[in-house]
Amino acid sequence: MTLRCAIVGSGNIGTDLMVKMMRSDKLQLTALVGIDPASEGLARARDLGLDAPHEGPQWILDHADDIDMLFDATSAYVHVRHYKQYAEAGITAIDLTPAARGPKVIAAVNLTEHLDAPNINMVTCGGQATTPMAYAIRRAVDRLPYCEMVSTVASKSAGPGTRQNIDEFTKTTSTALREIGGAELSKAIIILNPADPPIIMRNTVFGALPEGTDHDAVLESVYDMEKTVSAYVPGYRLKNQPVIEEGPYNTPGGVVPHRVVVLLEVEGAGDYLPPYAGNLDIMTAAAMRVGEAIADHREGDSA
Amino acid sequence: MTDKATDYRLIDSTLRDGSHAISHQYYAEDVIRIVEGLDAAGVQVIEIAHGDGLGGSSFNYGFSAVPEKELIAKACETAQQAQIACLMLPGIGLADDLREVRELGVSVARIAVHCTEADITEQHIKVAKELGMEAIGFLMMAHMNSPEGLVEQARLLQSYGADTVYIADSAGAMTVDDVRRRVNALVGALEVPVGVHAHNNLSMAVANSIAAYEEGARNLDGTSAGLGAGAGNCPTEILAAVSTKYGIETGVDPLALMDVAEDVVRPIMPRQQVIDRAGLLLGYAGVYGSFLLHAERAAERYGVPQSEILLELGRRKVVGGQEDMIIDVALELARKHAEQEITG
Repeated sequence: MTLRCAIVGSGNIGTDLMVKMMRSDKLQLTALVGIDPASEGLARARDLGLDAPHEGPQWILDHADDIDMLFDATSAYVHVRHYKQYAEAGITAIDLTPAARGPKVIAAVNLTEHLDAPNINMVTCGGQATTPMAYAIRRAVDRLPYCEMVSTVASKSAGPGTRQNIDEFTKTTSTALREIGGAELSKAIIILNPADPPIIMRNTVFGALPEGTDHDAVLESVYDMEKTVSAYVPGYRLKNQPVIEEGPYNTPGGVVPHRVVVLLEVEGAGDYLPPYAGNLDIMTAAAMRVGEAIADHREGDSA
Repeated sequence: MTDKATDYRLIDSTLRDGSHAISHQYYAEDVIRIVEGLDAAGVQVIEIAHGDGLGGSSFNYGFSAVPEKELIAKACETAQQAQIACLMLPGIGLADDLREVRELGVSVARIAVHCTEADITEQHIKVAKELGMEAIGFLMMAHMNSPEGLVEQARLLQSYGADTVYIADSAGAMTVDDVRRRVNALVGALEVPVGVHAHNNLSMAVANSIAAYEEGARNLDGTSAGLGAGAGNCPTEILAAVSTKYGIETGVDPLALMDVAEDVVRPIMPRQQVIDRAGLLLGYAGVYGSFLLHAERAAERYGVPQSEILLELGRRKVVGGQEDMIIDVALELARKHAEQEITG
């Protein structure tokens, strides 16, 4: 079945998501909703023949009968204020802000776990990029006592939401490494790089490998996960081969003899944003994947 | 606090920036002896944290031997007159870390950020102020921004509530003229005092600090025996001695600082701070000083020259915090070398 969808938030993420959704045969985009009638995103939506109101979340609630699912690309603050109303109106919300009201979904790991949830949280861009690798390491070992990710994004692609509350990014991402990635302890780091031309998003995952780990199995699992993620984020790749380095390392999860280092690059598809903004692309691509999975799931139910 | 009027305030960072040079392996007895010595010598502010700031203990930057908050508590207990400061980088540490160290007795928070990204510090500067701490905005890698650009960033820090604004020559890449132009612009444009944190990769740290003072900087940083990232920091004892010869009142006793450097710090240094090829290359290529030892280890592990790694990091314009790129560069160089051997 085709789900009738609306996107709230006409900034970079909302506009990029709109371009992706126009290509979908499962998600039928009806409106891009903003708050500024002069926004570039709304102008583009009008050009594409979509509804482009500027009444914000209230427009969604006023048109609840015509909307099955909404994608929130506003801010955590706005999402927190409205998520209950969306649920009461019977609209499924895919939340691209770090508000974290619903269960967290990492498309490559737990895509099918929360298909009936009224609200799904997409974690963070760094979380979408690195949690799959934490999970890939975890499934190849008995236990992953500690996992760490470092995300470097071009300054130009870090919006005001991230900049004003950078702690929210690191905390939410770190939680995903544990809850979904399977690490016992975790840490997340974000760095902004102002180089011009802008750098492509980089992510590094370090995993603590206890005594007796099958290193080849870890590496093989990492290569497999690269294929899984790149199936829906074409620009997702291992920048170098994953390597096992010898310590010992005095991690918060105890001393381990080795670590695995996974060096990733995420190049955006260039739908609306330039290719360096892989951080935004992986969010919109993952949200599309979740939305389409829900559409398939509902079709299965109705069939 | 010393009652004597001083011409500038000295912040000693042996226990924070010095941590890089010993791969973050400080123990409680080191902290007690260093704080005792600096405190008795009259140093006004003593900074302590993991080298990469609160929360820096990690795979990427190296794990601390002892949890930093235990060491910070020891420093707070030991200091009689000096204030204890902590540094944190938004994106690595959290506002919660500031809350915890405030409880331990830390009264100065230095919020450090790459010199073009000041707007990510608003949340943390405000938290520091709410906690009743002095907040210092700290612009790193200041050679990568123009005097005008730094003024714009410093004004943001000031608008968030920073009580003092620092520029840090994190790559030890600035000449005296570079420092003079930047400090002069900042002092003219800001209402709050200005500070300078110098590194010695080009052998300019003391000269740059004195020049900064002459241009109006009223806060200067040093570390005992120059212990620190890259070829080291501005040595606190030399800065105090040179200041005295210039007739600049520091409020600290240069002889007592020489004793701390010689008797307490040098014995725990794994190596003396010299400007060898790698250290000089950092300043020459403008590379973040803390990359030095990480690059040395990666060079050994992957069999590529450390100097090539540092030069490539400079070309890529990596910023502080991107230590993971050292492994990336080393792997790429190793691959390139292997290909050349096959084709050559």
